[in-house]
Amino acid sequence: MLTIPCPWCGPRPDSEFAAGGEAHVVRADPNASTDIQWGEYLYFRENVKGPQRERWYHSHGCRRWFNVARDTVTHEITAVYPMGETASANVTLTPTLRHQGGGRS
Amino acid sequence: MIVGGGGHGLATAYWLAKNHGVRSVAVLERGPIGLGNTGRNTTVVRSNYLHDDSAHLYEHALKLWEGLTQELNFNTMFSQRGVLNLAFTDHELVEMERRAGALRLNGIDCEFLDHDALKRWVPILDLGQDKRYPVLGGLVQPRGGNARHDAVAWGFARGASAMGVDIVENCPVTGIRVENGRAVAVETPKGTIAAGRIGVVAAGHSSVIMAMAGVRLPIQSYPLQALVSEPVKPVLHTVVMAGHVHVYLSQSDRGELVIGAARDTYHSYAQRGSFHLIEEQLRAMIELFPIFSRLRMMRQWAGIVDVAPDASPIIGATPVSDLYVNCGWGTGGFKATPGSGWVFAHTLAHGQPHALNRNFGLERFYTGRLIDEAAAAGVAH
Repeated sequence: MLTIPCPWCGPRPDSEFAAGGEAHVVRADPNASTDIQWGEYLYFRENVKGPQRERWYHSHGCRRWFNVARDTVTHEITAVYPMGETASANVTLTPTLRHQGGGRS
Repeated sequence: MIVGGGGHGLATAYWLAKNHGVRSVAVLERGPIGLGNTGRNTTVVRSNYLHDDSAHLYEHALKLWEGLTQELNFNTMFSQRGVLNLAFTDHELVEMERRAGALRLNGIDCEFLDHDALKRWVPILDLGQDKRYPVLGGLVQPRGGNARHDAVAWGFARGASAMGVDIVENCPVTGIRVENGRAVAVETPKGTIAAGRIGVVAAGHSSVIMAMAGVRLPIQSYPLQALVSEPVKPVLHTVVMAGHVHVYLSQSDRGELVIGAARDTYHSYAQRGSFHLIEEQLRAMIELFPIFSRLRMMRQWAGIVDVAPDASPIIGATPVSDLYVNCGWGTGGFKATPGSGWVFAHTLAHGQPHALNRNFGLERFYTGRLIDEAAAAGVAH
């Protein structure tokens, strides 16, 4: 069980929350996107092994959304910050594997 | 080149050699073979899927299971003890009738069991109607059942090896070399290995491996847990799945109850699950089977499952030439092992999908032609 520090309610068990998946996915314009751009926006994710930014919803508490920086291997939570903010100053995230190896085709 | 030496990867190598005469094959596995999800699942085999595409694919796999011990000359301990899905609400009953109709149209066996038939089929099931979720009926697939998971990996590995396939254990892939949009080699601690065509069959780590070639997938990785009880004398002869109260279980040949349920809700690569999920599934189990209330649990573990948005597998080409992927089996890949290898071997050998997996490509996430088994098939996750 994770203990998630809700910015409004304090540390609570993860069973009170709903996991909202990766944070900062930029919404594509449905009128201007190709099928590929729209599909990428809807379904394709980084699925990072390591530090990631994600959204959580305190569904059985204050019912508010917020962002979390959490490591998907150790489950360590390193930062909690409001929706709409892109990053927190004290969070350093290592590059994901996506940036290693060959270029994207 | 096959990246991933689990059941699906080894089956792919076996059928490449057996069906297509492609024997210059290497299977790279980061640890020993079969110790990932192949050795961690709850060994349930069935083909009772709602949609035609899934039904045809899983039924092909089930037919291969029926002859697999003979095919591999290795006892897979395939036991067609039946898989029983229970309904707890009127809505589930209606869905069950719909699924039964779809299954019959696809030539897949199923039988509806009412209260009396359930009582005869599983006498220890509590059919009392005074509970929050009383059992209203069930649908059994008699040809479903269990198999020995390790034996499947070992059998395919031995058969593939005998035909000339190289199985390289303790050989993690650390990079994929892409030149002019074409995958040409993989990098490992043992050196760089050139390959004419690469198939990635890496389950929960599919996104990590494919990212090495700059390919993103519509996959999220989650822990899925299972647990076993202390061994007891034979008491449960069939597989029971209860999606609504959310538990499923069977009894192994050693006498342990093998119990599974939901995956964790958040994204993780840690091979451990949350304790509250165990608590919830055991609560459901005791509600169904009060006889197990004093049974002690012996072991618990988790594997990392690769879940696609429509809970159906992704088998086919990628934006990088000569790089193919077989992933997205999520919470239910074991049952498909021989069939998954069969169609992926065809796909790799011909550069084109087999008729059974042509609708399972990555393109469906752009065209919108999803194969939505998450909501419709009554699968247990």
